[in-house]
Amino acid sequence: MSGATVAAPIEDRAGTLAGRFRGWLANPWARPRFLVILTWAYMVWSIVPVAFAILMSFNSGRSTVAFQGFSFYWWWQDPDAAVFTNPDFVNAIVQSLKLAAGDMLIATPIGVALALGLARWRGRGRGSANFLMLFPLVTPEIVMGTALFLVFSNLYESISLGTPAQLLGHVTFSISYVVIVVRGRLFAIGREYEEAAMDLGASPFGALRRVLFPLLGPAIFASAMIVFAISIDDFVISTFLLGGQESNTVPVLIYQQARGGPRPSLNGVATLMLVGSMIAIALALIVTSRFAKRREAGRASAVEDFARFEL
Amino acid sequence: MSEQAKGVGLPGWFWQAFAAPGVIWLLLLFIVPFFAILAISMGTRDPIFLAPVPIWNPLDWNTETFTGVVREILFGGPHQVVFIRTLAYVGVASVLSLVIGYPVAYYIARHAHRTKMILLILLIAPWWISYLMRMLAWVNLLEDRGLVNSLLQKIGLIGGPINWLNGRPSTVVLGLVYGYIPFLILPLYAAIDRIDQSMMEASRDLGASPARTFVRVTLPLSRQGILAASVIILLPMFGDYYTQDLLSANPRTSMFANAISRLLFSRTGGAEGSSMVIFLSLFLVILMFYYLVSTARAAREYER
Repeated sequence: MSGATVAAPIEDRAGTLAGRFRGWLANPWARPRFLVILTWAYMVWSIVPVAFAILMSFNSGRSTVAFQGFSFYWWWQDPDAAVFTNPDFVNAIVQSLKLAAGDMLIATPIGVALALGLARWRGRGRGSANFLMLFPLVTPEIVMGTALFLVFSNLYESISLGTPAQLLGHVTFSISYVVIVVRGRLFAIGREYEEAAMDLGASPFGALRRVLFPLLGPAIFASAMIVFAISIDDFVISTFLLGGQESNTVPVLIYQQARGGPRPSLNGVATLMLVGSMIAIALALIVTSRFAKRREAGRASAVEDFARFEL
Repeated sequence: MSEQAKGVGLPGWFWQAFAAPGVIWLLLLFIVPFFAILAISMGTRDPIFLAPVPIWNPLDWNTETFTGVVREILFGGPHQVVFIRTLAYVGVASVLSLVIGYPVAYYIARHAHRTKMILLILLIAPWWISYLMRMLAWVNLLEDRGLVNSLLQKIGLIGGPINWLNGRPSTVVLGLVYGYIPFLILPLYAAIDRIDQSMMEASRDLGASPARTFVRVTLPLSRQGILAASVIILLPMFGDYYTQDLLSANPRTSMFANAISRLLFSRTGGAEGSSMVIFLSLFLVILMFYYLVSTARAAREYER
């Protein structure tokens, strides 16, 4: 950091407002004022529409366009069109949560095992397995959705479209995320702890269970939360593997109703899911950052880790 | 990794056994399904219902539908119009995303000190808000009596409400930018953040102006990041049909993926739809491989 001050232009240190203004006139690009404005404008643009949509779910009128007053009417008071009283909405919420929970329970263990296998096994086949794992991340969802739709309707016909196919599809795109998160942590831990445990007489499984898994715990938890969030947010795979109205998830419902004169309760359902995935991600952040603080002083914060999270 | 780390008395299959469930899962539910696209595209038709019937043996494949679709895209026909439109929308949307995204990523990586954490949280947030919810937000804003129209009318820019949500390319492109820009900014931020600060300092110390330093040092050093971040948003944009459906739903702005989803779920269009998916995959495969190879290289370096 010591070098940063060297490169900083002198105008930066002009204390007075007038001095700053003169400096800016002389060289408006010296300090990133333009960048500050652009960045915050971008942030406002990126957040405000969603914030407005959330606000609309608390509208007392039936419009999703103009706010007429705050109320919970469209959350539970309307007898059959509110978030918690409309059977289609309730069904979609339940379906989304069911898929997300199932996805989390299946994809996390498979992904953790795959991450361990890929990180530790040397030699033949590893490169191809690694490639196979990365592929779902770069495949456009429409291609994966088509592939899964066709395979379930033509080959794996015993698995019916709807919940079973949707669950298998969600797990398929989730596994790779778990691998990426857990593998990053595995690299950071290194092999020394395990080797030390085995040198001291632990069996390979003992070393895994008593040394590596506790160290990996936060990453495993974070990956489970990420799976939960991406499953809740998924639209394409859920739509392509739809079995009928009863397997609608919340994003599918939004897609079907957004243009048909939606009522505030649709915004409410969307808000509910947003809260769900935000809680999951916040939990992942909190757990990983606590862990980082405890173990490695001076390590970048978990938020920065998340920001650097690459596929 | 040192040689001795390899052994520690473990049998060779020990770690492979861990990978097995995941590998088998992906073979059965990722590779085989891919093959199903080919089997349908190169399959035959049911003589009575005309529904596509897969042919699983590659030796019996009938490439008529596929070559027909490719010919139509390359040498004229309705699919070509749609494909070129898709190229244009995706091209404009990704250039716009870069133009907006790079300065934002640059600022957060280089200049935001006290506000860095809050800015990063704001950057990450849209990743975890359902894409459909974010489009719903714009549908609310852009309705005839929505906020955008009433604001524009209030300040007198327009006389009557503009029908934003019907057949406007600008709405679709802005929807794409809004939808995908978060996925571009974060990897860009990571790439710029990784650049060694001393490079810029050296350039400044040697007398280069800030602008020159940026053009000659920072920009070339972030080239890799720019490419990777662009690929990340290009791939899903080409497969996007829901943005158009929600923000326009008009044949005038219909995109390639709209045609795919329409054909695929029609009674007889399965083979044609699958052929279009194969065409799209072949078209995107260069981008996909570029990305895979560059991340694999990054992972190897990280591991070292």
